[in-house]
Amino acid sequence: MLSFLVRRLLLAIPVLFGILLVTFALGRLIPGDPCTMALGEHFTPEACFQYRERTGLNDSILVQFARYLGGLASGDFGISLRTSQPVLGIVLLRLPMTVELTISAMLFATVVGVTLGVISATRHNSAADVLTMITANLGVSMPVFWLGLMLAYLFAIMLKGTPLWLAPSGRLTPGTSVTPLAVTFHLHNLSGIPLAVVTFASNLVVFNSLISGNWPILGDAVKHLILPSVAVGTIPMSIIARMTRSSLLDVLGLDYIRTARAKGLSQRVVIYHHALRNAMLPIITIVGLQLGTLLGGAVLTETVFGLPGVGTFLVASIFARDYSVVQAFTVIIALIFVTVNLVVDASYAYLDPRIRLQ
Amino acid sequence: MKIDNALEIRALAEAPNSVWRNALRHLLKKRSAVVGLFMLGTLVMIAIFAPFIATYDPSRILDDAKRNTPPCIYLLGCPANQTEHYFGIDGNSRDFFSRVVFGSRLSLQIGFVAVTFAIVVGTFLGAVSGYGGGWWDNLIMRVMDVLLAFPSLLLAIAIVAVLGPGLINALIAISIVSIPQYARIVRASVLSVKELDFVTATRALGASPARILFNRILPNAMTPLIVQGTLGIATAILDAAALSFLGLGAQPPTPEWGLMLGEERNNVFNAPHLLFIPGIAIAITVLGFNLFGDGLRDALDPRLNR
Repeated sequence: MLSFLVRRLLLAIPVLFGILLVTFALGRLIPGDPCTMALGEHFTPEACFQYRERTGLNDSILVQFARYLGGLASGDFGISLRTSQPVLGIVLLRLPMTVELTISAMLFATVVGVTLGVISATRHNSAADVLTMITANLGVSMPVFWLGLMLAYLFAIMLKGTPLWLAPSGRLTPGTSVTPLAVTFHLHNLSGIPLAVVTFASNLVVFNSLISGNWPILGDAVKHLILPSVAVGTIPMSIIARMTRSSLLDVLGLDYIRTARAKGLSQRVVIYHHALRNAMLPIITIVGLQLGTLLGGAVLTETVFGLPGVGTFLVASIFARDYSVVQAFTVIIALIFVTVNLVVDASYAYLDPRIRLQ
Repeated sequence: MKIDNALEIRALAEAPNSVWRNALRHLLKKRSAVVGLFMLGTLVMIAIFAPFIATYDPSRILDDAKRNTPPCIYLLGCPANQTEHYFGIDGNSRDFFSRVVFGSRLSLQIGFVAVTFAIVVGTFLGAVSGYGGGWWDNLIMRVMDVLLAFPSLLLAIAIVAVLGPGLINALIAISIVSIPQYARIVRASVLSVKELDFVTATRALGASPARILFNRILPNAMTPLIVQGTLGIATAILDAAALSFLGLGAQPPTPEWGLMLGEERNNVFNAPHLLFIPGIAIAITVLGFNLFGDGLRDALDPRLNR
């Protein structure tokens, strides 16, 4: 197991380096001169030279790349040109929203997808099977942002006045907010990484309200997450349902299932203890592979539901030509993506000994 | 092997053709694939004959029309004193039906162009990688790994950020992010056949590497490329619609479905029909490609045909 992990980590190094190189290049390939944009109307050739000297743009490209890497290692993602704030602060403020949305969408996709897949496979060729597969085919074909708009229309407008009403936008009901964890738990003398971690955790609204026992806020936060999560999770849900169905159908045809049935085990035990356990491996891979879809979908859905995550800020930054933010967000999301894929690979190897012995 | 009767001899003689004929037979047997094919056929017809189907110029602002008017169809009881607009009027006083009809052209073009470009580049890279081997192989495949290390839609957004918003740039971005999957398919096919006897025989006959590649090796990669390409068109259409929705793809007044949704998203309260229709159009198109692609995969998979 250890040698598998080491090998997998070593393989990830060139990819990580590539990501850093690509995002660095992204920052340099931008059309337009950064100093013209930064100085605006104060532009003169001398001022521009000083600006380039001050920001290190006159150094060789290798020195600049090394400085970029050093900055990333110490958590320095640059300064947003639009808001003049350090990008790290924006990330700590906004990434939690995107993370919450991605995780809840992943939960929805996995729970509903596996359930539908099991129903479909155990009642092969029944009406339930056909209906599930039609749902899955439709689910995988709908644009995420459109589904979001339709859900908002259904739950916020058509169901207005009923108990099923859900707010179409925002993280919490206007006027409410969570207390930072540093205040709740009297953590006053934090700095550096611990401060960053506590700030990040504070902004995970569900987590924050859960551990500080703020139940009304927790309920409100979960309610606001439902529609966006369903929108983001529908494509992965459909793919997981199809995968579960085909994987379970494969396993159900095997001899050991017949043996289990011959022993007189109930259908429940055969499906959940014997079949699903082996069918889980391809399902886990698919769940891991869907993370990219989920992150992309989260960015889109945030703009539909007006959620204060990375996505809305990223799009606004692109229009404002605020490239340091675009660059930083891209590198952070790619790093998260690579890390999670590593974890998925490791768990896969843990579950299936054949993988790590290859 | 003893051949018993004339029928079998004929079957053997027809063997070279029968892969595709078999595939077509299996494809037509699958109900979902036929539905997909029918949907795509209809869409292509609508796209080709868009100028005849559309009732107005898609970008013409109708001076006498009221913005966000709901659909008016005489057959469904719309009073005769109103002008007929099948899908109503959009937020800029244009005939929405004509815009949706012309949108089919764009979406199909986007899908085909983006995927064709990705397949051509991906095939080239995959072939060089698999056939050349060694240093080239390593370099190309590591670059592909890096591209795959980004969530695809986010990488497309980042590329558009560099290139600037616009339909062509969005197309380029979507193509670039889908190159790795085709490169991987071609490389795998090349590796699986390049040491086989029929390739060695061709080489012994003095054929040039390019000839071996095009006549012997690439035909073996066709099946997975076609399947992946069909499903890839569905993804490309969705991604292009997403970029346009964000304002990074097609620019006004282009009648692009994603852009139409982006323009009308604030009309969800007073004119929801402007949001239903383009979304349904995108979903139908994508569903058509998905159903057809899934059917193709099953039909072309020799393991399933037996």
